[in-house]
Amino acid sequence: MKNQMRLEFDSISANEAFARVAAAAFMTQMNPSMEEVADVKTAVSEAVTNAIIHGYGGGVHKIILTGEIEDDWLMLTVEDQGVGIADIKKAMEPLYTSRPELERSGMGFLFMEAFMDEIRVESEPGKGTRVFMKKRIGCQEA
Amino acid sequence: MREDRKKRNRRSRQGAGTAAAAGGQNAAMALENGTLLIRVPEELDHHSAAQISAQADEMIRRQDVREVVFDFSGTMFCDSSGIGMLMGRYKIMQALGGSVRAVKVQDRVERILLLSGVMKVIPVERV
Repeated sequence: MKNQMRLEFDSISANEAFARVAAAAFMTQMNPSMEEVADVKTAVSEAVTNAIIHGYGGGVHKIILTGEIEDDWLMLTVEDQGVGIADIKKAMEPLYTSRPELERSGMGFLFMEAFMDEIRVESEPGKGTRVFMKKRIGCQEA
Repeated sequence: MREDRKKRNRRSRQGAGTAAAAGGQNAAMALENGTLLIRVPEELDHHSAAQISAQADEMIRRQDVREVVFDFSGTMFCDSSGIGMLMGRYKIMQALGGSVRAVKVQDRVERILLLSGVMKVIPVERV
């Protein structure tokens, strides 16, 4: 099975729910468990929230969510053209946050890693950030 | 017939008003004997967490709040922004000599709370 989708939306916090529900709807054709859907929703929510808060710093610009299904693999990307990340390794450290004043827990990447099988971040300061996430669907123990 | 339409219009306007009010106040809050009870919405993300935190902090600033209780009975989704909300209120209440609890937590939310380590500092009761 092969399928692709691409969505572009404004970086406003109301779209966090829109993005994760869209990703959940896209993956329904893979016959996922409720747990798998919840995992993907959490990961997408984290990536989109990062783009809104950190990528664009609250400004309203565009976020692109893409999805791809290939057999039992679900691949998602969340992309912004915001400030970018200078030190990706540091940004992905648990509890690290570049905006402590905003009450961020520093667990966004931790949750993405915990709930997806693979995550990769590409970023360049001043250019933007792209988060790739991959998850195998339908292979969990009951 | 005109009368009917007027009634219908009024009803739909009232409906819209209620929906707008609900959107503006996602978390139902009640203060009783120093305990601020906050009903967490169905989906706790950055969007809803920011609203709840602002409302809760306003209450804590103005009233005599000694304990904050988050009721998660209706919450099916929570991400790291929810953790930030809990930890933020925990820090404020600790500075004031008060406390924070989470109650009626369902499986999915419990998994998130467990993974975050927040349960080491905030008491969590399952549903």
